[in-house]
Amino acid sequence: MTAADGEDLETFRARARAFVRHNLRPVDPAQSIGPLRNERTDEEELAAVARDREVQRMLFDAGLAGVCFPRRYGGQGLTPEHQRALNQELAGYEYPARIQAPTLSPCAAVLLDFGTEEQKLRHLPAILKGEEIWMQFLSEPSGGSDVAAALTSAVRDGEEWVLNGSKIWTTGAWWSDWGLCLARTNWDVPKHRGLTVFVLPIRQAGLDVHRIEMLNGSKEFCQEFLTDVRVPDSDRVGDVDDGWTVGTRWMFHERMLTNSPLVTVPAGMTHGGGSTPMEEVARDAGRLADPYVRDLVGEAHMLEIVDRHLRRRIGEGIATGTLPDQSAAIGRLFSGVASARARTIAFEIAGAAGAAWTDEDGDLAFCGSDFLMRQVSMIGGGTTEMARNVISERVLGMPRERSLDRDLAFRDVPRGAPTRP
Amino acid sequence: MLLALSSDQELFSETTAKLLEELVPVGELRRLRDDPVGFDRDYWRRGAELGWSSLLVGEEHGGGSIGDFGLVDLALVAYEFGRHAAPGPLAVTNVVAATLSEAGHGGDEVIGALLSGASVATWCLGEPPPDDRLGSIALGVRVEGDDVVLNGVKRPVESAAVADLLLVTGRTGPGLTQVLVPAGTAGVSVAPMDSVDMTRRFSVVTFDEVRLPGAAVIGSTGSADDQVARQLERAVAIACAESVGAMQAAFDMTVEWAFDRYSFGRPLASYQELKHRFADMKTWLEASHAISDAATGAVASGAPDAGELLSTAKAFIGDYGSELLQDCVQIHGGIGVTFEHDIHLYLRRHTLDRALFGTPADHRQRLTDIVESRDRVA
Repeated sequence: MTAADGEDLETFRARARAFVRHNLRPVDPAQSIGPLRNERTDEEELAAVARDREVQRMLFDAGLAGVCFPRRYGGQGLTPEHQRALNQELAGYEYPARIQAPTLSPCAAVLLDFGTEEQKLRHLPAILKGEEIWMQFLSEPSGGSDVAAALTSAVRDGEEWVLNGSKIWTTGAWWSDWGLCLARTNWDVPKHRGLTVFVLPIRQAGLDVHRIEMLNGSKEFCQEFLTDVRVPDSDRVGDVDDGWTVGTRWMFHERMLTNSPLVTVPAGMTHGGGSTPMEEVARDAGRLADPYVRDLVGEAHMLEIVDRHLRRRIGEGIATGTLPDQSAAIGRLFSGVASARARTIAFEIAGAAGAAWTDEDGDLAFCGSDFLMRQVSMIGGGTTEMARNVISERVLGMPRERSLDRDLAFRDVPRGAPTRP
Repeated sequence: MLLALSSDQELFSETTAKLLEELVPVGELRRLRDDPVGFDRDYWRRGAELGWSSLLVGEEHGGGSIGDFGLVDLALVAYEFGRHAAPGPLAVTNVVAATLSEAGHGGDEVIGALLSGASVATWCLGEPPPDDRLGSIALGVRVEGDDVVLNGVKRPVESAAVADLLLVTGRTGPGLTQVLVPAGTAGVSVAPMDSVDMTRRFSVVTFDEVRLPGAAVIGSTGSADDQVARQLERAVAIACAESVGAMQAAFDMTVEWAFDRYSFGRPLASYQELKHRFADMKTWLEASHAISDAATGAVASGAPDAGELLSTAKAFIGDYGSELLQDCVQIHGGIGVTFEHDIHLYLRRHTLDRALFGTPADHRQRLTDIVESRDRVA
């Protein structure tokens, strides 16, 4: 599909605007604070998930879902510019936040890249209608960064595979439908050559979802235990033992974050909901006139604006081939560090309300517990250390780190005891 | 620099780079260290022939741009200036030429001389402490009959000793007034200053009862605030592009060094500690390109968020650029702080641009002002 085949940008924008204004609810950006604060009850969270599915269905029915997905899979077959126009029109309105990452990217993106025609026809339209929310079964308790060292095993049994093991750090797996799962199918070859990717329903016997309590009380992250989970071979994505080819692309899509043209995010909002504008925090602290606080507020806005334009540059550069695909790690590194800095700034402005607060403290409330959770932006979605490795080695071409497991059969690679949170 | 240039822009930017490499290679920059002017007039004329001083000037006055927006083209020149630590009053001459052209002032002869490079102009904006913060103007412009009379001190003024024209920003009551002062006017005195840059020269310019006919006022008396704001936008955009060029040059030089330099039997580029710092620097560099381009584009097209993007660019590139350049020095070790090594040429240029037209702290405050006034409207 090219822009020439599809709707022109201004017609699309006008259509998107009319739909958004007439059908979606305006949101106070300060009200959507994302998954990392422990503020909603389970009932409220499930209601929010249901509303996200509903809004996704409304977008689908209005011809606004999957802007850059091919038409044959329920998308619109339009361009990243159309997606950007939709994002701009959505600014200030509700959107199906829980169906963007990881469902549309990386999961649906991986299906687009590697799925069979049958898999695409079965899942992509369902995803775009809000009927399937997906999770990444990628990280394992034995190690987050060394993804290729996955221990979850898949053993062939006729036309089926039998999976055993554990996956971790899935956000909201307790209300999700499908998982994209990286598993080991061959232990007698080096680690990168014995992996295979599968798709599987989350709600099934043999798959236990355990909710992890984070240090701030949030229970959105989950760990899954797979016990003799049977997956038909037709639910395999990519070739047997070639899962790393899929996995590499998978992690590229993950690093693209909201930069991916497959993802819908209202302009001016980072994934997972916007954070409170820093001047609101300063105002509630009664310190907006303090020159030091004004400096911090300016810094927070600076980082947010630079982040937006850096992501745009990288997205355009990758799309036109001016920048290598691995440059996605540049955006990931910047976003992670900038978010962490913003949490520090808010905590600094909050003063003693960062240590203890009441319901009357407005936007000062939770600045302290957000600060405790500060490192999440530098860990989730691949650590900033891994991003720095990718940038130095894959973008700048510097020598790779020496690894001791590269030419060893995976079963002979030394490993420590598994850890449990 | 922009990821996608038109073929005309690409040619223009390559031609500029080639001319700089030919006329002001590093050896020439080192020679100019002791030159009181810091640049050769013939060099400036050669650049002017390429269009270095005509991009912001309307076609009716003999100017014109390569692409849709002259400021975007000029940012390409400024980027190359940064990459080569090139001499010459690029920002100030262009800012003055643009204002004269917009105000229809000075006639074709005055503007024509700026376009051909036969003359150069400078802008007298900053003042001594405590009036040295961004937006603070104390120099007085008094109206006396048909004349205006200037009293006050401006610093640092670039190329003041050789500029043929000085555009002076002063105050008449609550509003601003701009006056075009020809070099050598009675009551104007110019005293040289020390500077961090190799080739850019700065002076303290004192105006003591400097009397000029009212026709020397550019625009109208006491209401030049918007004109001054536009000048500042252009100057900041040019300074940002130049800074990014200096960052790119130092970064490239340091990456090469990391591959070539061996310690303990391995290249520096193989140490993870250094690789991670290079990754940070690459991130800051790409972010600087992105925000510089976005800000320049917004100013050029008159976008409503131009001021916000520009202050973001100046604050970010100033702070993070210094970290990048100083870390490049650090990775070079002792040789990095010698005069013999070239890296200081780029460190100097970035340091200069960081401190002029508002420091990072000034622009962070300005960002908060913008956000606050927007909240008030909303």
